[in-house]
Amino acid sequence: MSMTAAHQITAGFMPLFDSAVLVAAGEMGFAAREGIELKLHRETSWANIRDRIAIGHFDVAHMLGPMPLACSLGLTPLASETIVPFSLGLGGNCVTVSNAVWQGMEAHEARPDLDPARAGTALGALIRERAAAGREPLRFAVVHPHSGHNYELRYWLAACSIDPDRDVEIVIVPPPFMADALSAGRIDGYCVGEPWNSAAVAASTGRIVTVKALLWRNSPEKVIGVRRSWAEENPDALAALLRALHHSARWCQDPANRGALAALMAKSAFLGQPEAIQIPALTGRLQLGGGAERSVEDFFLPFDKAANFPWKSHALWFYTQMVRWGQLPHTPQNLAIARDCYRPDLYRSALKPLGVALPGANAKVEGALQTATPVGSAGASLVLGPDGFFDGQIFDPDRIDAYIADQKRD
Amino acid sequence: MSAGSLTILVIDENRIRASIIEAGLRDAGHSHVTVVHDVAGIAKRIAEIEPDVIVIDLENPNRDMLENMFQLSRAVKRPIAMFVDRSDRASIEAAVEAGVSAYVVDGLKKERIKPILDMAISRFNAFSRMARELEEARSELENRKVVDRAKGILMKSRGLSEEAAYALLRKTAMDQNRKIADIAQSLVTAAGLLGPLEGE
Repeated sequence: MSMTAAHQITAGFMPLFDSAVLVAAGEMGFAAREGIELKLHRETSWANIRDRIAIGHFDVAHMLGPMPLACSLGLTPLASETIVPFSLGLGGNCVTVSNAVWQGMEAHEARPDLDPARAGTALGALIRERAAAGREPLRFAVVHPHSGHNYELRYWLAACSIDPDRDVEIVIVPPPFMADALSAGRIDGYCVGEPWNSAAVAASTGRIVTVKALLWRNSPEKVIGVRRSWAEENPDALAALLRALHHSARWCQDPANRGALAALMAKSAFLGQPEAIQIPALTGRLQLGGGAERSVEDFFLPFDKAANFPWKSHALWFYTQMVRWGQLPHTPQNLAIARDCYRPDLYRSALKPLGVALPGANAKVEGALQTATPVGSAGASLVLGPDGFFDGQIFDPDRIDAYIADQKRD
Repeated sequence: MSAGSLTILVIDENRIRASIIEAGLRDAGHSHVTVVHDVAGIAKRIAEIEPDVIVIDLENPNRDMLENMFQLSRAVKRPIAMFVDRSDRASIEAAVEAGVSAYVVDGLKKERIKPILDMAISRFNAFSRMARELEEARSELENRKVVDRAKGILMKSRGLSEEAAYALLRKTAMDQNRKIADIAQSLVTAAGLLGPLEGE
């Protein structure tokens, strides 16, 4: 690092594969090239990330997509206004169940094909069978109540007629402990990012039954959360950081760099996991367990398909799920806070000088694109989608009231 | 009510630090203190203990799980929230700096909690200082050992007195603008490579 860096930025991250764009920005020289000295701090919990960004230890952080919303909406103990000018990627999560649950699902026509509808129907049948026999409800784990994992697991269960609150129990387990908790029988299944699904498959203690990229294709996951006051006081540093992250994301997406990226993330300062176990996240070729293998298109996208654009429709979908599961009342004031949290304007103004393709809109109708569709401004080409939900539903950010009303439970 | 009537649960994987916190709480007149090192089965423990205050180290990777459990678990009869007094930003910062956080049951007055948090902060800081000093003492001892070995090598191979061997090490370190221990380590490594008997 140069002593003369124009900007010093302190960033927190969790040891997960999808911190790659932030880590590579610091380690592969993209930040330095933009005049930034990027200090990366590994954390042990999302609560620590939240606390340290709130009190100013971190300027920016690798965050769960819904987390800045939760911070801004006052759902967290240490609330702070946090904005999202950059998304760290699309997809990357899987749902994994224990071998015993998989056996039960197989008896109800589940197949190792990752099909969310088929797997969900089988799981529902197993759950009803267990309830009739007076057995305990199955226990699933997610990483945080305000996470894409929690909302996509619940979305999947609910769409398959399984009530996430009444028919199963959902608990919180830190990602690195998921596979252990599964093999010890403390939980029956979980939804988490890679490599923690492949880890259970490699240990022969779990089966991957479906993936985020099939539940909702090209759907949001981690983001860069920025303390609003810092962003306002340091616009040049923020713009430089967004450009560094853009170049880093492009590098991470390039198949030619897969080996280098896996080697970087394998270091103990970052993920600290063997390179081999990170490869499925990069290729989308997953071992499901029991010798089954499937390739998933767009499994995890750190750059392609406008993966870094902070769509307001993504934030608003998270908002609808917070309302759906009783974390928050739907009020005009809350909706306004959710609408202002993701900041495509900052993304666009930082990247405009690079002449790269930028989406023309700030929000899109999620689930409307059946096929990959070219869009973009400034004559540069950009491809979006497909972005469908597995149950064929559509989320129109201009019709939020109707979406929330439709999802209301009896 | 006396200070001792609060029930306090300390969750810390570091046993030494936990016992330092526990001792501090007892010194302050709190007699209902439970220390837990392992979060396995924590929900059941909380149901049994019914703590008013929970003190957690921030390095605990289970913090997200614990926070969620405090809010939602059926085992927790009254909701437990993080101790956050927004008007007292300095104390929040001090707690995060020190690496500790406190959670309290609903309805407990902040004046009753503040002394507990302050005590935890100062004990956490004292522990970090102690750990740092211990680490410094350990590396000091290591350094002395390697310097002694380097002196031995010089005395044997060049027929120097102990004093002259040390003077040579010191001069070399000064000339190269490096630490004596670094020069000594290089010499020991080199001697090990050139002939295994030299270093003994």
